[in-house]
Amino acid sequence: MNIKRVLMTGFLMGLVIIAAGGLFAQKGKMIQIKGSDTLVNLVQILAEEYMDKNPGAMLAVMGGGSGTGISGLINQTCDIADHSREWKEKEFVQAREKGIQPRIFVIAVDGLSVIVHASNPVKKLTLAQLGAIYRGEITNWKAVGGPDKKISLYGRQSNSGTYVFMQEFVLGDRNYSKDMKEMNGNAQIIEGIAGDERGRRGDESGIGYVGVGYLYDASGQIRKGLKVVPIAKDDASPAFMPTDKAAVDSGDYPVARALYQSTNGKPSPAVAAFLKFEMSPEGQKIVAREGFFAISPKHIAENEKNLR
Amino acid sequence: MSDLKVDVRANLRKRSAVKEAAIKAFFFVNGITAVVVLLGIFGLLLYTSVPAFREIDLKEFLGSPAWDPTSPEKAEYGILSMVVSTFLVTIGALVLAVPIGLGVASYLSDVAHWRVREIVKPVVEILAGIPSVVVGFLGIVIFGPAIAGIFGLSHGLNALNGSILLAIMSLPTIISISEDSLSAVPQAYAEASLGLGATRWQTLVRVKIPAALSGIIAAVMLGMGRAIGETMTVLMATGNARSFPTGIFQSVRTMTANIAIELGEVPYHTTHYYALFAIGLVLFIITFLVNMAADIVLRKYQEREQ
Repeated sequence: MNIKRVLMTGFLMGLVIIAAGGLFAQKGKMIQIKGSDTLVNLVQILAEEYMDKNPGAMLAVMGGGSGTGISGLINQTCDIADHSREWKEKEFVQAREKGIQPRIFVIAVDGLSVIVHASNPVKKLTLAQLGAIYRGEITNWKAVGGPDKKISLYGRQSNSGTYVFMQEFVLGDRNYSKDMKEMNGNAQIIEGIAGDERGRRGDESGIGYVGVGYLYDASGQIRKGLKVVPIAKDDASPAFMPTDKAAVDSGDYPVARALYQSTNGKPSPAVAAFLKFEMSPEGQKIVAREGFFAISPKHIAENEKNLR
Repeated sequence: MSDLKVDVRANLRKRSAVKEAAIKAFFFVNGITAVVVLLGIFGLLLYTSVPAFREIDLKEFLGSPAWDPTSPEKAEYGILSMVVSTFLVTIGALVLAVPIGLGVASYLSDVAHWRVREIVKPVVEILAGIPSVVVGFLGIVIFGPAIAGIFGLSHGLNALNGSILLAIMSLPTIISISEDSLSAVPQAYAEASLGLGATRWQTLVRVKIPAALSGIIAAVMLGMGRAIGETMTVLMATGNARSFPTGIFQSVRTMTANIAIELGEVPYHTTHYYALFAIGLVLFIITFLVNMAADIVLRKYQEREQ
């Protein structure tokens, strides 16, 4: 009786161990992608379509922020790092210390979008105004052609590539205002400012920044409750929208940026196959469908050099 | 024959003595584990915090309200804003939760029909099992917009929102333990009081609550412990602005939220990394002091009783 029970338990434990082993073995084949919150939805969709076409392939996509993705690549907890900013010098040094040789690919182009509540009458902002708002130097909408209301700042957290990109290119490497609310991701900023579909109120004096792919709802329209602010390089230049492909491509839209993926050294055949899919006309069509912009021939040439 | 019997008995006795010793050892190990783990955590926190102060001035760390370790201008490591924010949110939670909790506990122990109590108490205890992310979500979709609407603010991601959510989270602890200690007051106390002509209200407020005070204080302290250490809820609902709090309608960032936000991506073994552990150490010391204060209050109270 007792022996039977012991045998039974042993048998069950064995089963569990085998099952767990099986899972781990599968995980070994799985390509782990981690990083940028701006990229996470896009890469998820690319991965799903890729897996549909290639039944053997397995990809897992996680967010967490560009900083998380890059440190994941350095600590070898992922195969591909998504990032919406360039590598920092410090990160290159850490990678070198650990024997990691990053290869960087551009997979999409983003017009970093500045959003306000739909009821806000502000017509445009210059880069300088935007910088001053986020540094906390302009605190009332009246100063930039809006109503007499205190500006309510929404931003990302320091692990976000978008946070770092804004700080470098818009704030001029100065500190963010300490009154900025630091949100988890693009979607939280949108929800905070626009409210939601069920009529929950948004923030009428809010301002935020998100990747251009997050502006649209399921039907491909700009989300209700949201207004995208045209941005001008300076007082003398005309303002452009981040949704304007020509302006983003030509550089007339002043806060356009590349979105990247990095691998450690030359990508393995499985990883390279996925990267090639992303850069193919088919993959780039998905990029455009999700609201971001296709990469330029110059990007493609550079990517191909890195694949070899 | 009888010799054999004695032998067997001695054997049995010996065996049971061994068994008893084994069981004793087992429970001793269990008991000591908690102490070892606690000391281990404290040691680890101390060990990983100390290197932070090779570069940060302790006075700046505790006294400056500016925290911006990734600043391109100058890295700043002051935690004063976060400490004040943590206390603001926690005290706000207690202000809301203690009266309500005590009221519910009194109702359950003194007023409610036993059938009502049998239903309500388990339900209150289930409330404690709601994951903190879910509570945080409530803060974003229900309490935030409601606060903004009622007080005419542009948004509701502020300290008050965090306080309300933490009050909800600490209520089950406060209600459950207070009710237990009110019910544990000997029936004779109440009977004597009523017999002297006191009303039920007077009996409750002047006899039963004072008699159960040690349990009620313990309940409040446990609830406070839960509120100080809670992370996910405040992270989601308070807006996480780094500025020094000037009121309950301001976005604030607590110590726990700051650790959760920054620990995920901080490069290991940098000043920033060590500084986050130092915040953990400060948090640990604060909870330790809260518990000790509770203990001292309890002991003083019990001495007066005797």
